[in-house]
Amino acid sequence: MRELAAERERPCLLFSGGKDSIVLLRLAEKAFRPARFPFPLVHVDTGHNFPETIEFRDRCVASLGERLIIASVQASIDRGRVTEETGPRASRNRLQTTTLLDALEAHEFDAAIGGARRDEERARAKERIFSHRDEFGQWDPKNQRPELWALYNGRLKRGEHLRVFPLSNWTELDVWEYIQLEQIPLPDIYFAHRREVFERDGMLYAANPFVKLLPSEQIRVEQVRFRTIGDMTCTGAIRSAATTLDDVIAEVAAARITERGATRADDRFTEAAMEDRKREGYF
Amino acid sequence: MSGVDASSELLRFSTAGSVDDGKSTLIGRLLYDTKTAFEDQLAHVEDVSRRRGDERTNLALLTDGLRAEREQGITIDVAYRYFATPRRKFIIADTPGHIQYTRNMVTGASTASLSIILVDARHGLVEQSRRHAFIASLLRIPHVVFAVNKMDLVGWDEATFRRIEAEFRDFASRLDIQDVAFIPLSALTGANVATRAAEMPWYHGPTLLYHLETVHISSDRNLIDVRFPVQWVIRPQSDEHPDYRGYAGQVAGGVLKPGDEVVILPSGRTTTIASIEQAGAPIDAAFAPMSVTLHLTDDVDVSRGDMICRPNNRAQVAQVLDAMICWMTDKPLATKNRYALKHTTRWTRAIVTELMYRLDVNTGHRVQDATQLELNDLGRIRLRTTTPVIYDSYARNRTTGSFILVDEATNETVAAGMLVAG
Ligand SMILES: Nc1nc2c(ncn2[C@@H]2O[C@H](COP(=O)(O)OP(=O)(O)O)[C@@H](O)[C@H]2O)c(=O)[nH]1
Repeated sequence: MRELAAERERPCLLFSGGKDSIVLLRLAEKAFRPARFPFPLVHVDTGHNFPETIEFRDRCVASLGERLIIASVQASIDRGRVTEETGPRASRNRLQTTTLLDALEAHEFDAAIGGARRDEERARAKERIFSHRDEFGQWDPKNQRPELWALYNGRLKRGEHLRVFPLSNWTELDVWEYIQLEQIPLPDIYFAHRREVFERDGMLYAANPFVKLLPSEQIRVEQVRFRTIGDMTCTGAIRSAATTLDDVIAEVAAARITERGATRADDRFTEAAMEDRKREGYF
Repeated sequence: MSGVDASSELLRFSTAGSVDDGKSTLIGRLLYDTKTAFEDQLAHVEDVSRRRGDERTNLALLTDGLRAEREQGITIDVAYRYFATPRRKFIIADTPGHIQYTRNMVTGASTASLSIILVDARHGLVEQSRRHAFIASLLRIPHVVFAVNKMDLVGWDEATFRRIEAEFRDFASRLDIQDVAFIPLSALTGANVATRAAEMPWYHGPTLLYHLETVHISSDRNLIDVRFPVQWVIRPQSDEHPDYRGYAGQVAGGVLKPGDEVVILPSGRTTTIASIEQAGAPIDAAFAPMSVTLHLTDDVDVSRGDMICRPNNRAQVAQVLDAMICWMTDKPLATKNRYALKHTTRWTRAIVTELMYRLDVNTGHRVQDATQLELNDLGRIRLRTTTPVIYDSYARNRTTGSFILVDEATNETVAAGMLVAG
């Protein structure tokens, strides 16, 4: 993060309210305190977030005293930049890419720090820590700068930007262990709670106003928690009794299904779903 | 995550082998046997294996990355994998074995403490194995493991293994590698990967996994030469902290303690460490690879790119540098070319004044009359920089001895460089 702050003039940090970006904030505190962060936080708000996430985000930003910029997918829809998907499987997940790229351009950001990890998904295993994006925000996995030692090359041409992933080499378990070590507060939905859910394609989803149920689907109450936090429309819950960090870590250590495979409908569409979205400029 | 323990609990290693030596299968096997492969990944791999008509589940598919490669059936870049056992965490830099991909091997090796070089027991020492060992030695990877794979295909024969071992020992003795191990195994059956092979009672050494878990890495760090490249100056200038001034960075060598006398390079000013902070809390000592903030007793001028050392043990400061480089791009290197150069936390500009020789990675032979270096070539060059570089030889310190060259027109990273003592 310091290396990026030194190499680029206008970085920002993408803050989703999820655990990985919450860890990023702690790392930023370690890198820059007692000074302020040399970058603002940016939240791409789909309008379909869990209310708990938004509430947590605002609390978090207030206690840090840092600047938050909200980039709204609803605003992109209203301006006709993107078209809302329709039907029972509609999601704003894919629309975020345009909102994000527009926000980077509007604020003239030349780098965005994100919380993605290489262990999350196969297409991410080859992502660089300083990852170069062309003027269309696109990633070319075959033409990446080699990353040698800890010598990061942050040089860019006008209009290009960097995505920087400080947690590249962390695993899901590393993140949880760090949260425990540092006693970092998280949104409640990471811990087991009773919630109205429905089942679709073998996954549990939170009942929410943005999804129309199919005729065969029914709402019931279960004890669940979330392993990742995305949109209510595409983030699945897992049945869990883990109410404390210790419980969660024990559960993660024993888990036999990857985080994204278990809970992200967005990655399941095609075998190379993530790779396609990343090429377009997704997180 | 703090201090000594975390860094010796983490082993970064790279893997190299020629195509079809079984590298993907071996990594898949490590992930599978350490229960790192998840059910959905396994299900996916089983599904793909079935569709392709493979006879058994192809563990190599676990390590497959991008679609283009899946289509071509080859690995084309460096990919990173993670697994853990109760003893250690591991980061694998998986690099491909094609002749033309020296570049990727160097990239993977640059951050590794150990390298696994795969050898097919049926073929023994081939040109590429020599190349891999040579690169490991050049990049000064302290530990190398020759994994003699496909032992099942040579009837688990001891004589075959011993012959390969002897051949390699002879070759490796001419290289600069601190620690070399030989392990006979089968990635396909898992023999000697995580579990001891009943088929090879003549082998008394560790399994591959046990070796990875226990190889002694904490002494690989340089604890003698104090080197602290300043990465970032923290100056809040706020009401709460009007006079706070801290120098943040990652220790690259030696042990720093409050009260130590230090010199700032290149200015040469001396002062004393007043205190050391780690994540806001004072600490008694800092050493590589800790990230800390230093406070100095005097209000000396220190900025990003400066290096803090001890007055009686200074890094070299020079504008003419000799280096071994690996060339990483299509457009060749030639003398008189200019590049941007990044070394520790400092950028400067450099001109290539001399190409002394190109190194043949297969024979170790120096080609004296080379006029340029092409993609994947290694060679010895001399550079002149526009501002001083504060460095050590790569042999002495991998952090203060390494640099990259960047093409100023395209911003591509075009070379990895290792400095030679001036
Ligand atoms: N019999 C046998 N076959 C192996 C072994 N390891 C790998 N193979 C096979 O060798 C071929 C190449 O393996 P792969 O892992 O794809 O090689 P890579 O190109 O080095 O990644 C595949 O058909 C594997 O099943 C082994 O230990 N024994």
